[in-house]
Amino acid sequence: MSNTFTAVVRRDLLLAVRQRADVANTLLFFLVVVTMVPLGVGPELNTLRTIAPGVVWVAALLAAILSLNRLFANDYADGSLEQMLLTGEPLPIIVLAKAFAHWLVTGLPITLMAALLGIMFDLGVEPTAILMVSLLLGTPALSLIGAVGAGLTLGLRGGGVLISLLVLPLYVPVLIFGAGAVEAVAGGQSPQGHLLLLGALSLGTTVLAPWAIAAALRISME
Amino acid sequence: MLQTVDLECTRGERLLFTRLNFEVAPGTCLHIAGENGSGKTSLLRILCGLLSPTAGHVHWGGESIRKLREDYWQQLAYVGHLNGVKDDLTALENVRYGAAVTGRAAPLARARDALAELALGNFEGSHARFLSQGQKRRVALARLFLAEEAKLWILDEPFTALDVRGVAVLSDLIGRHTARDGIVVLTTHQDAPLPGRVTRLDLRAAEPI
Repeated sequence: MSNTFTAVVRRDLLLAVRQRADVANTLLFFLVVVTMVPLGVGPELNTLRTIAPGVVWVAALLAAILSLNRLFANDYADGSLEQMLLTGEPLPIIVLAKAFAHWLVTGLPITLMAALLGIMFDLGVEPTAILMVSLLLGTPALSLIGAVGAGLTLGLRGGGVLISLLVLPLYVPVLIFGAGAVEAVAGGQSPQGHLLLLGALSLGTTVLAPWAIAAALRISME
Repeated sequence: MLQTVDLECTRGERLLFTRLNFEVAPGTCLHIAGENGSGKTSLLRILCGLLSPTAGHVHWGGESIRKLREDYWQQLAYVGHLNGVKDDLTALENVRYGAAVTGRAAPLARARDALAELALGNFEGSHARFLSQGQKRRVALARLFLAEEAKLWILDEPFTALDVRGVAVLSDLIGRHTARDGIVVLTTHQDAPLPGRVTRLDLRAAEPI
């Protein structure tokens, strides 16, 4: 079982390395969206400091949505997904591995890039650190919830738009507690409560989402 | 033993087949024949458990495959209409990851042998995107060499795009599988020489309901 998990993660990472452009597009999109905001809002530092956590988190959600297509669509088109559905291994383990690999090439780099954006928005050391911790805790939930949507919209026409409509509302709690943690620390309060809830969301989806994704994929393959 | 009970399948507005009952005993190759659109691929997908039949059941060793699930799939190797070959992986990586992802051991030596048997020995390091259609088909079929312990092979048009030598290698592979009491269910339009015990099932063209 753990062999299968590692094999799927390694396979997907290898594919991500070979399809670097796809991965880079998502991350560049994230950077560009965040960079656009000061151009639109104006260079007033106090305003930027206030809106920074929200902006970074919204951009992270959009980047996650943008990258979801990659999760199953290629495997679906070339028949690899059929093979994954017909194995003696539990499908939830396989999809959990795929979601983990997806997080490693989107959620994790986004978390690391947040350090740079913290400096850009003049957030200060502690709020930047909390922003990164909140992204580290919250982005796994984005990959997992997104994978449910990706599974459900597989092979549908206009699936790209539908997936945003399906998944974005489900991202709301992650967004609220993620941005809330940074705002709390900037306002001199403890971000602990927000961070614990974010962690709980990610743990909860780690346990439940794989089953939902597996069921969604089986329905989509019919 | 693979058995179907009163299988029925409708796709869209068409009844593809109804009251389909057959048994495939160990050591037999079942050749499903029929015109385009007669439901061969749908039948294979139902036998795999990818598609639910409109009515009826598929049994494996006397138990419904809906109950057996992973226990059934563990004994199944499927080569579908799509190859399941990743363009960005090399031929060797495709064979090894293909096996590992489905929970089968894929030792390097056996994967190499499988590719060599299918005359892909010189291409094991080539990315699949640079292989021809026939070569990609061979990479997909190479997985069967690593799936010898799977009792049931379901192959959808396995001879498509293969050259004369490829057809011979595959027929031989199928013959060896039935000789060790395996079951092969396949569809093909070619008059490929199928070795061993072969039964034939003809599906008639679908009629609108």
